[in-house]
Amino acid sequence: MEYPLTEHINPGRSPLGIDEYIRAGGYRGVDRALKEMSPSDIVSIVRASGLTGRGGGGFPTGLKWSFMPKENDGGIRYLVTNADEMEPATFKDRYLLEGNPQLLISGMIIASFAIGASKAYIFMRWAYKKAEKIIRKALAEAYESGYLGRNILGTGFDLDIYLHTSAGRYMCGEETGLLNSLEGKRGIPRTKPPYPAVSGLFGRPTVVNNVETLCWMPSLVLNGSDWFIKLGRTGEGGTKLYGVSGRVRKPGLWELPMGTTLREIIYDHAGGMLDGYKLRGIIPGGASSDFMVESDLDTPMDFKSPVKAGSRLGTGTMVILDDKTCPVKFIHNMLKFFAEESCGWCTPCREGLPWVVKVLASLENGTGKEGDIEILEHQSWYMGPGNTFCALAPGAVEPMQSGVKYFRDDFQKHIDGKRCPWR
Amino acid sequence: MLTDKEREEIHEEMMAYPYPSAVCVDALKIVQRHRGWISDSAVADIASELGMSADAVDGIATFYTRIYRKPVGRNIILVCEGISCMVMGYEPVYKHISAKLGIGFGETTTDERFTLLPVSCLGDCDHAPVMMINDDHYNNLDIKEIDAILEKYV
Ligand SMILES: Cc1cc2nc3c(=O)[nH]c(=O)nc-3n(C[C@H](O)[C@H](O)[C@H](O)COP(=O)(O)O)c2cc1C
Ligand code: SF4
Ligand code: FES
Repeated sequence: MEYPLTEHINPGRSPLGIDEYIRAGGYRGVDRALKEMSPSDIVSIVRASGLTGRGGGGFPTGLKWSFMPKENDGGIRYLVTNADEMEPATFKDRYLLEGNPQLLISGMIIASFAIGASKAYIFMRWAYKKAEKIIRKALAEAYESGYLGRNILGTGFDLDIYLHTSAGRYMCGEETGLLNSLEGKRGIPRTKPPYPAVSGLFGRPTVVNNVETLCWMPSLVLNGSDWFIKLGRTGEGGTKLYGVSGRVRKPGLWELPMGTTLREIIYDHAGGMLDGYKLRGIIPGGASSDFMVESDLDTPMDFKSPVKAGSRLGTGTMVILDDKTCPVKFIHNMLKFFAEESCGWCTPCREGLPWVVKVLASLENGTGKEGDIEILEHQSWYMGPGNTFCALAPGAVEPMQSGVKYFRDDFQKHIDGKRCPWR
Repeated sequence: MLTDKEREEIHEEMMAYPYPSAVCVDALKIVQRHRGWISDSAVADIASELGMSADAVDGIATFYTRIYRKPVGRNIILVCEGISCMVMGYEPVYKHISAKLGIGFGETTTDERFTLLPVSCLGDCDHAPVMMINDDHYNNLDIKEIDAILEKYV
């Protein structure tokens, strides 16, 4: 088993400095890419690998890059790393940022070279104070070693990377909201088209990629697309960071082959449920993913398979609903977050989310009434795909619509008994 | 008026961006770091430095959760109320702190030592429950340890 993302991470110890990282072979990918390959060679490898975005959407990375204009008009192009990680129950990018900053930086150098970017930003969550220090130090080291700045490795390629720490808003993780925020504005999304590849940061061609996605570049250019595809189990290549939180024996984060099943992740790696707790549901990929249940445990967790179970891989880090936690309260917690984070542009999201939060709160307080479940169902449809400018609202309804489907009896008990049975 | 230090830090940020108003969010964070919160006069100071209207800066300041437009205490406690921390028990943590300090979410102690706020998932869910005090991160919280943690902040 290979661990291209985490092999140089030693939990509890400080990350490798650039010299150690170079000695460990960490910058060979950059050397190969800049000295022996053309930008289009790299885009071809990324396309052939089938690498899909690890930020939750799963969009093919090579395809996204190929949308950048073919003609060079002499102006600046940008690469932006999305390190906002505000999706509730997501804790994977933090591990990479704190554990191996040079892996991300080398990945960003290769990606920038491939798309013709001369400036790049890391847009990072404000709360990641430790990662902030680590990244600042790592960037300074990369400049000193000649891997950033003018004429890198004597190839004529210039690249500056800047770190921006956010001021806190979930919307800033959405790629066009992120671009607005990086321009110093309110982080509300933009209408698309134009897509960022045409008009992105400061109106220039831009690629936005997730941290985990970019961390693939060094090993991908060295080992090629066939190697990448073979790492996965189901035809979708690579490894994936999977995590489990909640009442399991060993909550944690692991790099495993893409397509590892839910059962293996939860039972073999997370050690199964704590004594006295039973598994009732799984939010598999951050709060904006649909519940999966016991009968879905053999689903390979790649991008395609969970869709058949009515859910999605999302960010690959999960939270477990156990039998001692009220499902209504569990769903209320997530929807309250989404309601607070709505930017207010679209009516269904701005009005719908606070409404369902009210309904969920009343169910919890024992003042729910007949018809409430139907309101939740109707709103799930109303805020669904196609009715809003960004994916916040359609994502927000995923745990609610599937929660009502799987735990309808529990919702009904709140209404019939005029109280929460878990209180 | 911005202090020399504030102005210097804002201008350093400007090196990374093509025009001044692009550093608005960074400028708010810088001034808040020095003054604790963003008052109306802080908004005006930033606006004039960046060539923006005060309303434009205020519109940006109020969008972001971590920009405080009201005074806060010397230390800010952020208790994660994300879903994993809910399952693992942030409520007992909150109740303990709230009882100990006599304040609820959104409030500041009368001696201005602490402000208590909820925060969304801090990306450390496998070590829930989690909280931050100022820039410090605390995880796998045990109620028994909390008093000792609070002691560190004066
Ligand atoms: C409300 C919202 C929040 C998002 N937050 C993040 C985030 O924190 N990190 C991230 O990488 N992608 C996030 N995304 C997805 C991004 O819009 C974008 O698809 C992603 O950064 C692209 O990178 P990738 O193709 O490498 O996955 C979010 C999307 C939405 C709608
Ligand atoms: S769906 Fe919600 S968050 Fe997204 S643009 Fe519309 S109102 Fe804003
Ligand atoms: S839910 Fe608290 S750290 Fe993720």
